[in-house]
Amino acid sequence: MTAALDNLATPAEGALARRFRLADPSMILWLVMIAILVFLILSPMVRLVVSSFQEPETGRLTLSNYVEAYGRARHLQALWNTLVFGAGVAVLAVIFGVPLAWAISRTDMPAKGFIRLMVFGAFIIPPYLGAIGWILLAGPNAGWLNRVWMGLTGAESGLFNVYSMSGLIVVVAVTSFPYVFVFTAAALDLVSSEMEDAANILGAGTMRTTFRVTLPLVLPAIVGGLIISFLEAIALFGAPALIALPARFQVVSTQLWQFFEYPVRVEQAAAYAMPLLLITIFMFWLQRSVLGRRGYTTVSGKGGERRITKLGPWRWVMLGYALFVCALAVFLPMLVLTQAAFAKAWGRGFSLDNLSLQNFHYILFEQTQAQNAIVNTFVYSGITAFAAIALSLAIAYVVTRKLVPWSNVLAFLCMAPFVIPGIVLAIGFYAAYAPPPLALYGTATILILAYTTRFLPIAYTSSAAGMRSINPEMEEAVRILGGGRLLAIRKVLAPLLKRNLAGAWILVFIPATRELSSAIFLVGPNTRVISVMLFDLSEEGNFEVLSALGMILLVATLIIAAVGFKAIGRDFMVRQS
Amino acid sequence: MSKLVLRGIEKRYGEVAAVAGIDLELREGEFVSLLGPSGCGKTTTLRMIAGFIEPSAGTIEMNGQMLSSPSGVLPPEKRQMSMIFQSYAVWPNMTVEQNVAFGLELRKLPREEVRRRVGEILEVVHMGHLAARYPAELSGGQQQRVALARAIVIQPQVLLLDEPLSNLDANLREEMRFEIRRLHDEFRITTVYVTHDQAEAMVTSDRIAVMNQGRIEQVADPHTLYNRPKTRFVAGFIGRTNFIEGDSNGDRIEFGSFALPRDVLDGAPASGKVTVSVRPQSMRLSRAQPGNGQPQVAVTIAERAYLGEFWDYVVAPSNGAMKLRVTTPPLEIYQVGESAWLAFDPKQMTPIT
Repeated sequence: MTAALDNLATPAEGALARRFRLADPSMILWLVMIAILVFLILSPMVRLVVSSFQEPETGRLTLSNYVEAYGRARHLQALWNTLVFGAGVAVLAVIFGVPLAWAISRTDMPAKGFIRLMVFGAFIIPPYLGAIGWILLAGPNAGWLNRVWMGLTGAESGLFNVYSMSGLIVVVAVTSFPYVFVFTAAALDLVSSEMEDAANILGAGTMRTTFRVTLPLVLPAIVGGLIISFLEAIALFGAPALIALPARFQVVSTQLWQFFEYPVRVEQAAAYAMPLLLITIFMFWLQRSVLGRRGYTTVSGKGGERRITKLGPWRWVMLGYALFVCALAVFLPMLVLTQAAFAKAWGRGFSLDNLSLQNFHYILFEQTQAQNAIVNTFVYSGITAFAAIALSLAIAYVVTRKLVPWSNVLAFLCMAPFVIPGIVLAIGFYAAYAPPPLALYGTATILILAYTTRFLPIAYTSSAAGMRSINPEMEEAVRILGGGRLLAIRKVLAPLLKRNLAGAWILVFIPATRELSSAIFLVGPNTRVISVMLFDLSEEGNFEVLSALGMILLVATLIIAAVGFKAIGRDFMVRQS
Repeated sequence: MSKLVLRGIEKRYGEVAAVAGIDLELREGEFVSLLGPSGCGKTTTLRMIAGFIEPSAGTIEMNGQMLSSPSGVLPPEKRQMSMIFQSYAVWPNMTVEQNVAFGLELRKLPREEVRRRVGEILEVVHMGHLAARYPAELSGGQQQRVALARAIVIQPQVLLLDEPLSNLDANLREEMRFEIRRLHDEFRITTVYVTHDQAEAMVTSDRIAVMNQGRIEQVADPHTLYNRPKTRFVAGFIGRTNFIEGDSNGDRIEFGSFALPRDVLDGAPASGKVTVSVRPQSMRLSRAQPGNGQPQVAVTIAERAYLGEFWDYVVAPSNGAMKLRVTTPPLEIYQVGESAWLAFDPKQMTPIT
C-alpha cells in the first residue's frame, strides 16, 4: 500500500508534504481531547496538591497549611467523626441492602416488583432532601414521630433526635443502601443455580447453602457496595450540614465549607481535603487487592433453571422487613415532605384547612431567585450531559481503536474523577480557575466544567461499553469505500450508539440536577441551582417552600427517569456502577 | 438387590411432557448413561434423581427406600448423592482444597480425617500440587478434576454427572472419558451419566439408556446397543447405518434381489413390512461375484470419499432400490460409475421397529 502511495506522490512534492497527506486529519482532534482532559482533571488536581503546600500570599512552598489544618483538636475530631459516620452508614447500608437483594433475587417473597420500585425511589431521592424529611419526622420535639410517641405514651419528650451522629447515620444510610442493593442483586442474579445445587447435593440445607456458598459468592459485590456507601457518605455535604451543624459536631465536608467562609482559606482547605482523597484512593485499591486471587466471574451453566428459595411463612417476615426499610427510606420522608409542600404551616398537621398551593405559586411565579435556580439547574445539567458524552465518546473511540500509543492513559484520566470526592474536586477547581487569569468563580462555566469532570466516569463507562460492542469492521467498511474517520463516526457509529448515548445522557443528567457538594463551593449569586437554593432555604427554616422546591426537583427527575425506562429499558440505571 | 430404581417417572410442564414415563434399574456399582439428543428429557431425569425436580408421576427408590413419589420428595441434601454439573459449579470463593473438603465438613468428620481424604482424592485426580489454588487460576480440565474429586470424596451412594465434558475441547474430552471410567473402576460408585455424545457413553458405561422424546428407547450394554439396536431411532443415533425394507411372508423375508430365512433375522415379524438396519462396515464390496449363495446385490458406485481410515462409498443397487452407504479398507479402491457386487452378512443385520 505504501508503494502505491509513493507512486502517487510526484517527486516535486517534498517528504514533509507527503507525510502530511498521509497524516490522519483527525489526529488534531485527539490532541484537542488530551488538552481538554488535562484542563478538566489534571490541572485542578495538581493545583489542589500544589496549593496545599503554598503560602497564600507569596506562593512559596510551606507546610504551614497542614499545620493549620491539622493543628486544632476540633479539626482532628471532625476527621474522626467522618470515619465513624462513613463506617456507620456503610454497615447500616449492608444491613438494609443485602437482605432485600437476597429476598428479591433468590426467594419467593411477595410484592417483589413494588419493593424494587421503592428501592429505586430511595435511589433517586437526594440525601439532603431525605435529611429534610427526617428533620420533619424526628426533630427533637416537633418531629412527627416524636409527636406521635408523646401522644401515645404521654411522655414529656420525644423518643428520637435526628440531630445526632446516630440520626445522621440512619438518614444517610437509608439513601445509600440502594448501592449495596443494586450491586448485590446484580451479583446474585449472575450466580448459577448449579453453584447452590452442588452444595445441596453434597448435603447442605438451604440456610447453610445460603451462608456458605451464595453469600460468599457475592461477597465482592457486597464489599463493593459497602465501600461505595462509605465513600459516598464521607464525601457528602448536604445531609451532614443540615444535621451535624445543628447537632454541634463537624465532619470533614462541613469543616471544609468553613474554610471557605470569609476569609477564604483555600490552601488550608486543600490541605484538609487530602485525607478524603487518599482514603478514597486507598479504598478502591483495597477493594481490588483484597479480592485479588479469587476470580469471581461465575461460570453460568446453561440448562439448570434458576431456582428460588421457598421461605414458607418466613416470606411474610421478609416482606415486613423490606417494607420497614422502604418506610424509613421513602414512605415516611416523602409523606411529610409532601405534606409540608402543600401546607400553610407544616406543624399544623394533616387537615384540609392547612392545604395550600401557595408554596408552589411562590416558587414558580413570585420568587425570581427560585425560578432562576430551576432554569439554571436544568440548563447546566443538560449542557453537562452533552459535554461529558461528547468528550467521553471521543476518548472511548481513541481508546478502543488504539489510535494513539498512550491511549490507556486517556481512559485512566477519564475514570480518575471517580475516586475524587465532589467536594475535593470543587476545591481543586476553585484553586485552579477562580483566581486570574481565568477568574471563573461565580460563572456558569466553572459549574459546568466541574459537573462535566465529576460525571465524566459515568459517561465514559457507558461510551466505552457501547464502543466495545461495535465491530470495527462496520467502520472499516465506510473507510474502504472512501469515507473518512469522522464520516464513519457520524454516519455509522453515532447512529449505532444512539441508545447507549441516550442512556448515558440521562445517567449524567439526573445526578447533575441534584449535585450539591461541588456546587456549594462554586456557585455565585447568579448561578445558584436548586440544590444550593434548598440548602439556603433550610438555613432560613422555611420548610414549606423548601419541600415544594424539592418536590419539583423530584418530579422532574422521575419524569426523566420514566422516559429513560421507556426508551432504553429498565436496566439503564444499573449500569451506573 | 437394585441400588436405584425408577418406576414410571414422568415430568410434565403443563401439556408438555419433558419425561413421559421412564423405568430404569441400576445395580450396585453400575455405570449407566442416559444418551440422547438435546431436549430428550435426560437432564430432567437426572435432576429428578438428584431431587432438584419433583416428578409429576412415578417413584424413585434407592436401597429400597423411597426418595421421590408424587406424595413427597426427599430434598437433595438428604439423598447422600453427589453430582457433577455442566458448568462444574466449582465455587470460585474457595480454594481447591476447600471445595473438596466441603462435603466432608458437612459430615462432621474430624479435621485430620478431612485433610487426609482430601489429600488422597486430590492425588487420585492428579491435582495434589494445586490444592491451594483458586478455581479462577485453573484451566477448564483442572476445574473438571476438582469437581470430580469433590463429588467422589464423600463416597456418595450415587454419583450423577450432567454432561460434564461438554465444555471441554476435543482432546481433553477424550482424555477425561477414560479418566471418568478409571475413577469408576477404582471406586465402583453407582453412577448415572447424562450425555449426548455416543462415544462418551460407550467408553464410560456398563449400560446405556438411549432416550428420545421423554422415553427410553433401549437399555443395553454398548456392544448390544450397536449391533442389535431395537428401534430405528437407536440404530440411527448410535453410529451410522442403512435401513433396507423387506417383505415378510412366513418363513422368508424378501429384499428384492435376495431373500433371507426369517429365523436368521432374530425378532422379525411373520408377515408384513420389515425394516432392517445394516451397518456400512458389515457389507462387503467386491469386483468378483461372491459365491455359495451369500445374500448379494449388483451395484454401481454413485459417490465416494476417502476419509483416511476407510473409504466411504455410496452405491446404487441395479434393481433400483434405495442407495446404500458402505465402507471399505483404504486399499479397496473403486471409481465412481464402476459396477461391483455387494454382499450382506445376515448375522450383522438387525430388524428394527
